[in-house]
Amino acid sequence: MKTPILEIEDLCARVADKEIIKGFSLTINEGEVHAIMGPNGAGKSTLSYVLCGKPGYEVTSGKILFKGKNLLRMTPEERAREGMFLIMQYPVDIPGVPVTTFLKHAVNAVRKHQNLPELDTMEFIKLVREEGKKLGISNDMLKRPVNVGFSGGEKKRLETLQMAILKPRFAILDEADSGLDIDAMKVVADGVNAERNEHNALLVITHYQRLLNYIVPDFVHVFADGHIVKSGGKELATELEETGYAQFVKEK
Amino acid sequence: MAKENNKPEIIDESGDKYKYGFVTDIAADTAPRGLSEDIIRLISAKKGEPEWLLERRLKAFEFWKTMSEPSWAKLTYDKINYQDLYYYSAPKQKAAPKSLEEVDPELLETYAKLGIPLKEQEALAGVVAVDAVFDSVSVATTYRAKLAEKGIIFCSISEAVKNHPELVQKYLGSVVPYTDNFFACLNSAVFTDGSFVYIPKGVKCPMELSTYFRINAKNTGQFERTLIIADEDSYVSYLEGCTAPQRDENQLHAAIVEIVILKNAEVKYSTVQNWYPGDKDGKGGVYNFVTKRAACRGENSKVSWTQVETGSAVTWKYPSCILQGDNSSGEFYSVAITNNRQQADTGTKMIHIGKNTTSKIISKGISAGRSNQTYRGLVKVSPGAGNARNYSQCDSLLIGDACGSHTVPYIENRNKTARLEHEATTSKISDEQLFYCLQRGIGAEEAVSLIVNGFCKEVMQHLPLEFAIEAAKLINISLEGSVG
Repeated sequence: MKTPILEIEDLCARVADKEIIKGFSLTINEGEVHAIMGPNGAGKSTLSYVLCGKPGYEVTSGKILFKGKNLLRMTPEERAREGMFLIMQYPVDIPGVPVTTFLKHAVNAVRKHQNLPELDTMEFIKLVREEGKKLGISNDMLKRPVNVGFSGGEKKRLETLQMAILKPRFAILDEADSGLDIDAMKVVADGVNAERNEHNALLVITHYQRLLNYIVPDFVHVFADGHIVKSGGKELATELEETGYAQFVKEK
Repeated sequence: MAKENNKPEIIDESGDKYKYGFVTDIAADTAPRGLSEDIIRLISAKKGEPEWLLERRLKAFEFWKTMSEPSWAKLTYDKINYQDLYYYSAPKQKAAPKSLEEVDPELLETYAKLGIPLKEQEALAGVVAVDAVFDSVSVATTYRAKLAEKGIIFCSISEAVKNHPELVQKYLGSVVPYTDNFFACLNSAVFTDGSFVYIPKGVKCPMELSTYFRINAKNTGQFERTLIIADEDSYVSYLEGCTAPQRDENQLHAAIVEIVILKNAEVKYSTVQNWYPGDKDGKGGVYNFVTKRAACRGENSKVSWTQVETGSAVTWKYPSCILQGDNSSGEFYSVAITNNRQQADTGTKMIHIGKNTTSKIISKGISAGRSNQTYRGLVKVSPGAGNARNYSQCDSLLIGDACGSHTVPYIENRNKTARLEHEATTSKISDEQLFYCLQRGIGAEEAVSLIVNGFCKEVMQHLPLEFAIEAAKLINISLEGSVG
């Protein structure tokens, strides 16, 4: 019997009075990889922000359980500390804050929440360098301010590094409409795949099928008009690549 | 090393926190309220001053009576009744203490609460020498002997008047004359104490010199006077840190810092100022009207001001550099943080007089709550200042939408060969930055302090390390409650 990590039931949500998510339901179990595909502007990114509790994204009805707990009653930082992680499409710059400083704050906030002792500087630096090395992140890059002047690929490397260090139970990879180049895509895919195990789960949000060549999903869902209109196995992604989303959009 | 877990955190009924809001009960030797010739004579007599200094004080007082309080700064505060203040208050001591053991234990305890472990510092083999100023009179001086070996004089200004009158008479008021401005003039008439530093020719001061100021007795105007002289080819780094206990009445602070730098000498002056800023509604808090100025008199002389201003209800402060010697240079690095109802009008003046003089201004202003902040700066190039160069950068960061930030840079250039650059930015902590931090588990307040510390980094890295750590903590304390 599989244990569910995320249970979304009949979710409706809006942004600035506009209804974007309309009756969305999905259950994701431990060890599973789900992909959500859909036309641009369907609200795919909205879903990831709603799950992470981004201010301004308002849930109007429905429920979400995360590891059996009511997710909607948690603040954004509590969700993160409980193990929800969003690999952002466009990670933001934080001038003057070195990657290591930022990450140390993050990892210790999460550890504190989980009643683990905080890492001291030596332990932390060792960890971050080891994980960084696996992802091809130099010690020099770790000293630079978060995302400032980073290339697209470097930003993705940093996102994956954070995932490797924070060890989330549930990660969302949001690539809804970014034209990630092949190299950056491989970086993020390798990083994400390395973190997969039977206790965590992954939700990949993408417009193009090609990302799913690198991160192979167990389930593919077509998202249009605020909810899932079709679900299937990984072959559904290939099918969509040929037929496009027009058929689903017409259904409106 | 002993832990300092005994620092109490004072939280009053309104939920406000000011960590250093406690009052030490020491029988104060206080002069009656108000300002008059008699009071000035009393101050001078209490301190056993020579006639020349009394005369200077009286001259300043006569001039002050003809002056009016400046109103050009973007500050609003209740009118100060100068006749309602106390101008002299000294902790009672039997005789001047020869060592820390002789210092009033209650006083030492106060310093411990402030996180100034004097005893520890003494044990910590020559890292920092502290000339701790409690209210107006110096009570503890460490490391003096060690410094004396090198010919360095580090003492209270009162002692310097007694023991080194020739230096005091020559340099006191030579950078900031009593006619300079209203508050400087008042200080020249009534200053009670402060620090004096003399670094002789060719001497590099082996440790950072540090003074902690603290306002204690009720309703006492604090008029510090600091004089630093760096003789030819010398170097010194000087730290000034300030905290004050919590008060309901506004407290006036009008200090003067004068720095004289001769040929090839260098002075670094760092300040961390966290006087009581008033409560959430702007009640109470220190009025900080300070005149700080350095004169680079000799060739190749150099000064840098680094300040972290988190406190005071009202700040009026423009640490300045007079670049008189050829090839002299001045730097100003500033972080000013205002929250709640705080107001700060601060900046610098770079006066280029000598040839090939250079100056650099990096100012970072952070406004939160309903606070208001102004950067006011002047870069002046005299006709004779060939090849003068200035680089100015003024960045403002806003937290929330009820605060204000203003940048008023003045440039007066009288020399065609001058190269002056000015950059200014204003930004807000974006929702995206905040969400990014939250999504990684970092709470909102911690996130704001991270972002703010990042914003200030360029300035903070100019502070000596242990000071930078304290300053970073203060930034966090002063931004508490700025995100809702």
